[in-house]
Amino acid sequence: MNSMNSLNSTHAMSPSASAGMQGQVQGHVQCQGHSPWQLQATRIAAIREEAPGVRTYSLTFAPRGPRPSFRFAAGQFNMVSLPGIGEAAISITSDPESLSGIAHTVHAVGSVTRALARLEVGDELLLRGPYGVPWPLADLRDRDLVLVAGGLGLASLLSAIAFCMTHRGDYGRITVLSGAKTPVYLLATNHHHRWRDHGIDVHCIVTDPDPRWRGPVGLVSMLLDSLTIDPDATSLLCCGPEPMMIAVAEQANARGIAREQIFVSIERLMGCASGLCGLCQLGPFFVCRDGPVFSYDRIARWLAVPHL
Amino acid sequence: MLPCTPAADSLEWLARPALQALIDALTARGHRVVGPQVADGAVVYRDLADVNQLPAGWLDEQDGGHYRLRRDDAAGWFDHVVGPHSLKNFLFPPREPIQRLVREDGTWREEPAPQEQQPLAVIGVRACDLAALRVQDRVFLHGGHVDVAYQARREKLFVVAVNCRRAAATCFCHSMKCGPAATHSFDLALTEAGNRFAVEIGSERGREILSALGTAGLLTPCTADEADRVRTIPHDLERTMHARVAEPGVPRPRSLDTDGIRDLLYDNLEHPRWRVVADRCLSCANCTLVCPTCFCSSVEEVADLSGDDVTRERRWASCFTLAHSQMHSGAVHATVASRYRQWLTHKLAGWIDQFGTSGCTGCGRCITWCPVAIDLTEEVAMIRESAPP
Ligand SMILES: Cc1cc2nc3c(=O)[nH]c(=O)nc-3n(C[C@H](O)[C@H](O)[C@H](O)COP(=O)(O)OP(=O)(O)OC[C@H]3O[C@@H](n4cnc5c(N)ncnc54)[C@H](O)[C@@H]3O)c2cc1C
Ligand code: SF4
Ligand code: SF4
Ligand code: FES
Repeated sequence: MNSMNSLNSTHAMSPSASAGMQGQVQGHVQCQGHSPWQLQATRIAAIREEAPGVRTYSLTFAPRGPRPSFRFAAGQFNMVSLPGIGEAAISITSDPESLSGIAHTVHAVGSVTRALARLEVGDELLLRGPYGVPWPLADLRDRDLVLVAGGLGLASLLSAIAFCMTHRGDYGRITVLSGAKTPVYLLATNHHHRWRDHGIDVHCIVTDPDPRWRGPVGLVSMLLDSLTIDPDATSLLCCGPEPMMIAVAEQANARGIAREQIFVSIERLMGCASGLCGLCQLGPFFVCRDGPVFSYDRIARWLAVPHL
Repeated sequence: MLPCTPAADSLEWLARPALQALIDALTARGHRVVGPQVADGAVVYRDLADVNQLPAGWLDEQDGGHYRLRRDDAAGWFDHVVGPHSLKNFLFPPREPIQRLVREDGTWREEPAPQEQQPLAVIGVRACDLAALRVQDRVFLHGGHVDVAYQARREKLFVVAVNCRRAAATCFCHSMKCGPAATHSFDLALTEAGNRFAVEIGSERGREILSALGTAGLLTPCTADEADRVRTIPHDLERTMHARVAEPGVPRPRSLDTDGIRDLLYDNLEHPRWRVVADRCLSCANCTLVCPTCFCSSVEEVADLSGDDVTRERRWASCFTLAHSQMHSGAVHATVASRYRQWLTHKLAGWIDQFGTSGCTGCGRCITWCPVAIDLTEEVAMIRESAPP
């Protein structure tokens, strides 16, 4: 692994990786001279079962120890790469400022994510990244934040929540609204007490309750309905299924939050993650490069067209 | 006669058979030389060793869903226009290894992917394909990321352009301001006139190789009058193309009104016309395959039996396939209408936002090679005609 071709050499840095601290990553940086496909090696340090088919993988950078040069911002993603199987875009769920490694929370739905689910602690996992435009947290200082997650969409918001806990004093009220189909798919419930300890409100809702469920039943947009907000001071970050994001964004906008202060993270099939392969297009955008995080004023028009 | 030393702004005459000397000189400099040839009923790019392989005396008739070659003894060596191949086939090949990964003791190691090293020279490139080259340069060199393999091939590419003297009915380069005159991105450009070519220099490498032909006594200088006359040839054709009108019994000449086209398409994403064209469209992807600017690709994993030696191969992809937009929630472009809309709006609108240029050069290939003769110029015209104000 120490040869020129070693996968964890510093050349494996992605273009945006060098952009440094949270909030300063300005989308893509033109990058000359190295292959956009170059991989980094990580080791699976721990695996946690979150829900049926959903696992969180804690990764350290090979050979072991602190991550050497990998910097990301909350809301960015990696391409997780399984040779012989393929690659998949996966949000980075860990604290962007932690130096001990990174984490991915993955739902096994297809070929790559199912093959990933067969890996064990100690196995090598290749990836490339980080990619994409992150949540604009640095621009949202002193504002109230409402973070709205639908199902696994929470994965993309977890790193933002971790960042906000460290920088709690920089923000006003912070509220997390998490919705899922069934209670087991409400992810990261084990973290709720820590969030609350940091003055972050958490509210959950499910559409299909089980007998033990004591919380509200319905769509996550219902939680938003009953939330008291100061629309001028509030920014909303939303990640989940597209119809849910549109509904939440429209509702937030109707409640007086400006479209420029509503942010959504868009999912599209991704291949290169570098603006080269054309798979992730939405209207004029490459979601991998111009997103996945977009302010609603830029993306609403394109989201409104079915099958675009 | 003194050997003629070509100057950058002058034209030189090269007798037609002496084009062989250019092929030989490019080959001697290590190039793989490729040029148009008749094969399987079409003019395609093939390895070119001998001028006799060129499609001298062949003309192509093109129309929606129609391509036919016919002999015409009065035709020159390059009076056919574009066939199904373009520079894309070489600079962005249909399949290409991008990465090789080998596993030992549970650890993957990256081996360099094999790469084509030989420089390429292409003879017979038309203005529309020079424009397509410039478009693909924007995608692969000046987009977010530099595509290293494309860059390596592009830097070594030697282009011998040809000025068109004739256009097919499907050609509309004049509408896209991409032709028919070759004005950029070539090393040498040929204009056929009688039994000889007027040769124009487009680069230092072009000048160097032409000088070698001059030293060999193969060039004669063009007089200023002759040069003026040669230079008007493609411009005369351009004027003819602007004046073309539909006549009964012959293929309808194409043109495209590009005025405000980006907003026209963006404002009509739910126009009923998309469903009308979808009733005919077979979603076969031919148009994206023959288009000289389409750049979509996906990566296939090619593994040996042990699974420990994996080559990742980049292959052309097409927005006409469901796989192009497949997600857990289903394909985004689930309907044929949405796939045709993706193709046309990306080509004529999205590209302008993404790369500051149209994605269409007016080469007409997608019209000719569409099995059901769908014609993008007609689709845009229909949307323009019936767009709500
Ligand atoms: C920016 C971004 C961040 C993401 N973050 C996360 C994350 O943090 N965690 C996470 O779990 N996911 C995340 N995703 C989603 C994840 O990328 C996809 O679920 C993943 O690509 C699936 O890859 P796969 O190879 O496992 O599935 P694939 O094999 O590609 O299949 C995906 C889905 O499509 C279906 N499918 C595939 N091919 C066909 C076909 N031919 N016909 C019909 N159906 C087909 C499969 O059944 C499956 O439901 C993210 C996506 C994006 C764009
Ligand atoms: S869209 Fe059609 S006419 Fe335009 S460049 Fe592509 S193949 Fe040629
Ligand atoms: S999306 Fe379609 S039209 Fe655009 S480059 Fe890809 S294949 Fe061509
Ligand atoms: S994933 Fe390839 S262009 Fe976005």
